[in-house]
Amino acid sequence: MTARLAMIAGLAVALLALPHFVGPYFMHLLIQILLWGFVYTSWSIMGRFGFVSLGHGAFMGVGAYVPALLWNYAGLTPWIGIPVGVGFAVLLGLIVGYPCFRLKVVGHYFALVTLALSQVVMLSIVAARDVTGGSLGFTPKAVGHSWFALQFPEKIYFYAISLVLWFGGLAVWYWIDRGIGREALDAISEDEEAAASIGINVIREKLRVTLISAALTALGGAIYGQYMMYLNPETVSGIAVSLQIVFAAIVGGTYAAVGPTVGALLTISLNEGLRVAFGTNFIGAANTIYGILLVLFIIFMPRGIVGTIQDTIKGRRRGKAAFYSAIRRPSSADQ
Amino acid sequence: MDIYLLEAIINGILLGGVLALLALGLNLIFGVIDVVWIAYADLVMCGMYLIYYLNAELNWPLLLACAVAIAWVAALGVLVHVLIIAPILGSAPINQLLATGGLLFFLQSFATLLFGTDFRNIGVRLPIIELSGIYISSSRLLAFAVAVTGAIALYFFLRRTFVGTAIRAVAQDRDIVGLMGVDQRHIYLVTSAIGGALAGLAACLLTLQYDVHPFIGNTFGPLLFMICVLGGLGDMIGGFVAAFVMSQIIAIGGYYFSTELSYVFAFTFFIVLMFVRPRGVFSR
Repeated sequence: MTARLAMIAGLAVALLALPHFVGPYFMHLLIQILLWGFVYTSWSIMGRFGFVSLGHGAFMGVGAYVPALLWNYAGLTPWIGIPVGVGFAVLLGLIVGYPCFRLKVVGHYFALVTLALSQVVMLSIVAARDVTGGSLGFTPKAVGHSWFALQFPEKIYFYAISLVLWFGGLAVWYWIDRGIGREALDAISEDEEAAASIGINVIREKLRVTLISAALTALGGAIYGQYMMYLNPETVSGIAVSLQIVFAAIVGGTYAAVGPTVGALLTISLNEGLRVAFGTNFIGAANTIYGILLVLFIIFMPRGIVGTIQDTIKGRRRGKAAFYSAIRRPSSADQ
Repeated sequence: MDIYLLEAIINGILLGGVLALLALGLNLIFGVIDVVWIAYADLVMCGMYLIYYLNAELNWPLLLACAVAIAWVAALGVLVHVLIIAPILGSAPINQLLATGGLLFFLQSFATLLFGTDFRNIGVRLPIIELSGIYISSSRLLAFAVAVTGAIALYFFLRRTFVGTAIRAVAQDRDIVGLMGVDQRHIYLVTSAIGGALAGLAACLLTLQYDVHPFIGNTFGPLLFMICVLGGLGDMIGGFVAAFVMSQIIAIGGYYFSTELSYVFAFTFFIVLMFVRPRGVFSR
């Protein structure tokens, strides 16, 4: 336990000291990793229980576009705009989530309903091109350094904000992991009928993690928009973003707190590394490798990088029996 | 009735033909193997690129290129099953869906790597037919006719042949059918090949109407899954009907509003219907 605390303290010091040593380009990468890590963690809050949503692009899109639209057209500060956007995302999650859970839309069906949701949001943004700029994207009005507008040209501010956000995401993850609802959610992911029969309120428990997950994802989208100062329906909503979220979380490891962050670290470094190595001659090289990796991960390491490392350590410590029980996969959690 | 509306409706029916063909393939695979191939629309893209390459770059005759493309996509279908689905057949179905999602990333980026993001076409355009003021594209008409013929052929194959009967039996109960002496692994391979061949056939028909680019699968892929779920995953007749319902929503919505809004309507309609009939509209 002390080793663990020391590790966390070391990491915190490193993260706080880092901005003094790296240039703006690496700051940009760090902010991206932290922000996307936060979004991926938000997804895994529900994803780890087997509720695979392909609709998180919808929440992110709503979270990003609502504050930006309110700022440009009504002059409303993001301090109000972001909570409004998060509120809309939660409402959207409720409208789609409640009937889904009530009617036991699970597995494939849940994935495809949420996929439709992310397409609805993306296409709505494109269709409302008079207001949102359509697929050309949307640029919030820049006012320079301003707390009121939540705009900071210097990267250090957004580094601090993303760090806090990322840490908050991990805290929520742990809060749910250690909470009383955790057992209930585990039971639901094993067998919904059985969970209901022992008095678990299946709909309420599922809805709770879904709405938390949606709210955090929308928050991540909002801060991402404030940082990038440019929104595009393809990059903050729709099927592409939804899949990106799911895959990065799975590659890193959905069942461990830092797994999704490792996923963000890996995918963003891979993308940047290949971009720097090959230049623009090989557009698609990064995603080609990424696609192969994904398939391999799902086949050979369904618990992701962090999950597999944890299993190996546990296996060494406790011997073979514990190892085998850790890698046992639910075979029909979906039915 | 407004003549342009009529034109939109007819075009919707013609578009529905190709969608119905693809929905049949996806439904066949789901019904038999219990897997959703998220990358199904991207297999169509692979077929379209092969036709483009053989016809426009190597100057092969179009019909020969199409025949090769059907065989090629059928082979791809088998490869998808052997390399990706078979190793994880025993794990949670959602994992299989996600693994083919990885394939989607791979195929789209690999196509970008090989061909770039340019829109390419084979330069063959069939004439437009005018019928008392209504303009119908004959490539769409041909696509519709071939798609319906393909669907009927598949129906007879499943009903009248031994392999077809075995496929239907696996779809009904994959465990018991093994006891009857049917090798499921063999049936899975045949089904994947047929699913791939249907995607290849759709590629031939779509090449005549659309330019091919790496992300063309994204334009009709999501719609395809909605059609299959709407008809009831695995229910082939349901999927066939749902294809025409969805294409009508898109054609008429596109006529009155805009293309994007018509898709918004189609997807919203899908979500709402899922809440009314969670196991498919035509489920009993």
